[in-house]
Amino acid sequence: MSSNLANEPARVAEMFRKMVLIRSFEEAAGEAFHAGHVRGSVHQYIGQESIAVGVCANLREDDYLTSNHRGHGHSIAKGADPRAMMLELFGRVGGTSDGKGGSMHIADFSVGMLGANGVIADGCTMSVGAAQAIRLLGDDKIVVNFIGDGGINRGPFMEALNWAKVYELPVLFICENNQIAATTTTHLVTAGEGIAARAESFGMPATTIDGNDLFEVDRTVARVVAEIRTGGGPQLIQAMTYRLRGHFAHDEAGYRDLAEVEAALGREPIARTEAWLLENGMTADEITTLKAEADSEIIGYVEEAMNAPWPDGKLAFSDVQDVGAPSYPGADQ
Amino acid sequence: MTAMTYAEAARLALQEEMARDPKVWALGEDLGYEGGMAGQYDGLQAEFGSDRIVDTPISESTIMGAAVGAALAGTRPVAEMRFSDFAMCAVSELVNQAAKARYMFGGQARVPLVARMPIGIRGGIAAQHSQSPEAWYVHTPGLVVVTPSTAADNRGLLKSAIRCDDPVVYMEHKGLWGVVGEVDEDDEEPVPLGVAAKVCSGDDITIVSWAAQIGVAALAADALVEDGISAEVIDLRTLYPWDRDAVMNSAARTGRLLVVHEAVRIGGFGGEIASDVAETLGIPVARLGGERIPIPFSVPLEDAYKIKVDRIVARVRELVA
Repeated sequence: MSSNLANEPARVAEMFRKMVLIRSFEEAAGEAFHAGHVRGSVHQYIGQESIAVGVCANLREDDYLTSNHRGHGHSIAKGADPRAMMLELFGRVGGTSDGKGGSMHIADFSVGMLGANGVIADGCTMSVGAAQAIRLLGDDKIVVNFIGDGGINRGPFMEALNWAKVYELPVLFICENNQIAATTTTHLVTAGEGIAARAESFGMPATTIDGNDLFEVDRTVARVVAEIRTGGGPQLIQAMTYRLRGHFAHDEAGYRDLAEVEAALGREPIARTEAWLLENGMTADEITTLKAEADSEIIGYVEEAMNAPWPDGKLAFSDVQDVGAPSYPGADQ
Repeated sequence: MTAMTYAEAARLALQEEMARDPKVWALGEDLGYEGGMAGQYDGLQAEFGSDRIVDTPISESTIMGAAVGAALAGTRPVAEMRFSDFAMCAVSELVNQAAKARYMFGGQARVPLVARMPIGIRGGIAAQHSQSPEAWYVHTPGLVVVTPSTAADNRGLLKSAIRCDDPVVYMEHKGLWGVVGEVDEDDEEPVPLGVAAKVCSGDDITIVSWAAQIGVAALAADALVEDGISAEVIDLRTLYPWDRDAVMNSAARTGRLLVVHEAVRIGGFGGEIASDVAETLGIPVARLGGERIPIPFSVPLEDAYKIKVDRIVARVRELVA
């Protein structure tokens, strides 16, 4: 590790704490789903935590982030409140959307998190628009768009890359290449040389990194964000990673070779970051305590969510629109 | 009062709103040099710059998606789609994103965008440039749907649409671009959304319509005078929310309702109005709308699709007899 981060073990420990918190959140969300407490679908971010954390450690709170269906990790890393997120997964009052959105529609506009998204690659087009707004308003914010490898075959991805480059907008596309789109191996359905080559074909700089290496993510994103913020135009980073779980919590990923999963476990980001911290002054006891605290924090949110009040049905009729707002049919009862 | 075309009135509205609010901007294909399909953006890029009148690639998904992102990030974009037919390439961005962001995010977001997508038959541009899909968007929670029929309304309603904090689907009718109307340039007040206009008063039947079809309905009302039938014609102007009070009050008084629209009758918005009036007032109701065929090219074929004056007159005679 030649990174100057070697002089910043406290900063690494803080990033590690966020990674562990995301892992705890996702494990708890999966358990709550299997126990029948969380409905719908839960797309876990397990195995990719170093990407969200390494990216967001280099963003300002007022920078924008657009996400996808696998957005819990992005949200926590950007600063969304995991307590409100857990309440949202449980569909309770106090959730990030008071139960209107659920897992796929987590957002926290107070920290620039403009929303997870249930439609693959729609976040790409929204990102270039947010960047146009930044330009129009004369700000120096940037926009980060997280997309998966499956998303690069949708038209909006290619439209948005072209658009971002044509107008030299301050957008950083992070393609988390976990190599599988739901149950389909991505390279089998993707022509050409892949994600970075697609960006380069638009004249957009693209960097491919080991997304499970927190230090490489941190170092690369720090450089790229500085270039974008000072007017260098859009860039794409392809972060190679591996989705350690199924597409969603009820997918046991039986379509995968167990040897491949075993190999991936050896490269997973939390253990790798932990090894670095042990070599750089953190004790095993401190790490155990840090993990226990994260688990305890998340379990507290789960217990709170289990007992939190359900939203009143009439809440379903609010925040649809101002002009022609619907009325609650039970209002007079 | 100044005589100006429907397109010129819309241009005036956008110019006034852009001068009034620096957060208002427009994006779409061919807005600069061409000035939009009907000149409705003429000269605005020279006046406001290419950062506020943005010429875009042919990327409908991103025109609409960028408008959503820009609205979430604090500006008021006008997304020009050129044809409602082309806007179908951006339905996900409009229906899945714009219409739902506020709701899905529990009220954290507002999406103050205008999705400007001209509808209707202009003559000879056939099946992919002539559709009237307003019912699609009336059906979508979160959206406001506007269909101006006069120059004055195109100015006043576009101003309201731009100032609205909800996403507005703004459907100008291509057949009206060159139609001249009187506009009071000194009166910069917007026309309120959701308020119908009475085109002519009558006692025997209420005819409800919108966009270019309103002109046909008005001609039919004139023709019906010879039969001794007095028809009241109501221009809805906004389809969602539609001015239910105005329609109910009129229909309750005349005792009969006919809804006429250029859009396909089956599944058209006329069905909603007719059934609501029938359920509420128990009076005779009827609909006229296009047959369920693509809009054809050749003159006699296109004419066969249109709802012309004689068909409205004939239907009213049956209802009043």
